[in-house]
Order: sequence, then C-alpha cells, then structure tokens
Amino acid sequence: MAKLKPLTELRKEHFHFSRFPTTYCPGCGIGNVLQAVTRAIDETGRPPESFTFAVGIGCYGNIGNYLDFDELRLSHGRVPAMATGLKLARPDLNVIAMMGDGDATAIGGNHLIHAARRNIDITAIILNNHTYGMTGGQYSPATRLGDYATTAPYGMLEPAFDICKLAEGAGATFVARTTTFRMVQTIDIVRRAIEHPGFALVEIDSQCPVIYGRMNRWGDAVSMLKKQNALTVTLEKAKTMTPEELKGKIVVGIFKQAVEPEFTGEYYKVINRVRRPQDAS
Amino acid sequence: MPVSVVITVDARACKKCGICVEFCPKAVLESGPFGEVLVTRAEACNQCRLCELRCPDLAITVEGG
Ligand SMILES: Cc1ncc(C[n+]2csc(CCOP(=O)(O)OP(=O)(O)O)c2C)c(N)n1
Ligand code: SF4
Ligand SMILES: [Mg+2]
Repeated sequence: MAKLKPLTELRKEHFHFSRFPTTYCPGCGIGNVLQAVTRAIDETGRPPESFTFAVGIGCYGNIGNYLDFDELRLSHGRVPAMATGLKLARPDLNVIAMMGDGDATAIGGNHLIHAARRNIDITAIILNNHTYGMTGGQYSPATRLGDYATTAPYGMLEPAFDICKLAEGAGATFVARTTTFRMVQTIDIVRRAIEHPGFALVEIDSQCPVIYGRMNRWGDAVSMLKKQNALTVTLEKAKTMTPEELKGKIVVGIFKQAVEPEFTGEYYKVINRVRRPQDAS
Repeated sequence: MPVSVVITVDARACKKCGICVEFCPKAVLESGPFGEVLVTRAEACNQCRLCELRCPDLAITVEGG
C-alpha cells in the first residue's frame, strides 16, 4: 500500500467536509466505506474528474452531498443499468457503482447479474449491512438466517445470498469481500477493483448499529465491529475449514481475478467494424 | 521525550461512536463524561493511524511526529 495520505488532505481533495456531520447514525459503516473508496481512488493516481459515482437509494444514497465527485443519483435498484449506459456512452470514465445490499440484490438483482455477465468495466461496491436500513430494518436477501428484522420478528427464515458467489456465477471477472473493520485491506481491494479491466464487485460487510444492531441486540458500533471481526476468516484460512465450520463466517479476500473480453471494448469494436466510412467523424 | 504527535478531534463532525477510543492499540484516547473523545496519552501514540482509518466521520486526525 502507498503511504497513507493525511486525512486533512483527503478531506480537502475529495470531500465537502464543511457539510459534515453526515446524516448517518453514530458509528454507521457508510462513513468507513466512503473513506476506503476515496482513498482507493486517490491511490490509483487517476484524475478525480475521470470518476463518476452511480448511487442508488438507501441510507448511503446521499453520499453525493459529501463527496467532491461527479454523481448520478439513481432510482432504487437501477444502478447497474444506468452505470452500464454511462460507461457505454463515456468509456473514458471510471464508473463507481455504489449500492446497498437491498438495492443490489433485491430490487436490482436482475440488473446486477446482467452487468456482471456482460463483464462491463464498472466497479461495483456493495455496502452489505444485511438490512434495509433506510426504510426501518426490513430483511433483505442478505439478512443472515435467524437474524431479526422488522419483517422477520421471529428470525429470518430464508438463507442469505452469498453475494460474491452470485457475482462470480453471473460472470463478474473480479470478485472480493472485505469489511469495514479491515480498512487497510478494503482500500487495497477497492483500488485493485478499480484498476481491473472488467466488471469488478467488492462486497464490504458493514455495521448498521442503530437499526440492525439494536434489533439483534448486538449493542453499539463498537460491539458490532468486534462481532464482525470475530466472524471474519481470511480466504487462506477458509480453505482449511469445513463447510460446517464456515457457517455464518465472513470470508474475506479476492475470490476471482481474470481478464476476459470487456463489453465496452467489444461494443466499440462492432461500431468501428460496421460504421460506413462516410459516417466516421 | 517531547510529544511531537498532534491528535485532533473535529467536534462538529464527531458523533461520539467510540470506535477510535475502543480500538486504539495504545489506549491513547478516552471517552469524556459526555462521550466526547479526550486525547489523554498522546505520548504513547505510535502513529498507526487506525483511529483515523476507522473513524466513520473523518473526525480524528493524527499529524506530526
Ligand atoms: C422503486 C423503489 N422501491 C422501494 C423503495 C423504498 N426503499 C428505499 S431504500 C430501500 C432499501 C434500502 O436498503 P439497502 O439498499 O440495503 O440500503 P441501506 O439503507 O441499508 O443502506 C427501499 C426498499 C424506493 N425508494 N424505490
Ligand atoms: S439506519 Fe443503519 S445503515 Fe442507516 S444510517 Fe443508521 S446505522 Fe447507518
Ligand atoms: Mg442495506
């Protein structure tokens, strides 16, 4: 990792710090994700104006208020679709698709898998707090089996999506999971995801202390982070464990990294092939 | 040894979540009576900057040294 930039500089260069405090609850992981993603962007050395955030609806949906980056503020679930359009129209841009677990895997699940299948060069960041935070703690497809939600008062009956396996199966060429507690790793993985030439998905396990934490009696942000850390297993360690031992664990690391034909590049190849000479400008 | 590190908490941005206090490996920080962050052992700081990195509100900075 590059030397950590002083936070005062990061605030000045990439945030509207004068608009702080943010609207997020005390200890909420959205802020951790913002710091990790901006540091990762910074470490790529690419110009900030070459980045555009595509942002869905959820507690994190107003990040554009605090970030000094171009932004598409989109409807719930449609981030991968709109990000695809933007990338096709402006292949020069680095598109960061910010989604929540509900946004990306419930209402937007279909868009997500098809963006992954096309292997379009977008960096998808999924902030997985295992709930619909914004609307009051309903369960999402990422709520863990047995956990409580306002719509699961007797415990979640359905097994959760493994978002990384979903993305890998759908065709994403870079797939990784990390956590808000492991900031150094998160910055490193997000930077690699941005630099990856294809659809890159990073799931960041995050704490929602005020809705999900309270509903499950996990205490405040500090105890949630301790719990998250206790459940975390590195990919190397996970390889030595049985499926039974891995139940409920948060496996972190890079699961897939492969270079395959990228959709924007293929699309422009077709344009160049079929365009009549007199239409070329 | 003179204290050369400066740890600053932006009181406007800080929401007193306690993450920096709890996870500082050198116990440099404490929570005050109102949950505010107090820098009580700056001389013990090894500048790992984990408090900075883990602060969800970009509120604490570690400089100098
Ligand atoms: C089309 C549409 N359907 C439903 C909603 C209501 N809604 C707002 S946020 C949200 C879920 C957010 O959950 P998630 O994406 O996990 O974000 P979080 O709030 O947890 O960060 C829903 C269902 C909406 N805004 N738009
Ligand atoms: S409800 Fe949960 S996810 Fe939303 S701001 Fe509060 S802690 Fe964060
Ligand atoms: Mg959520």
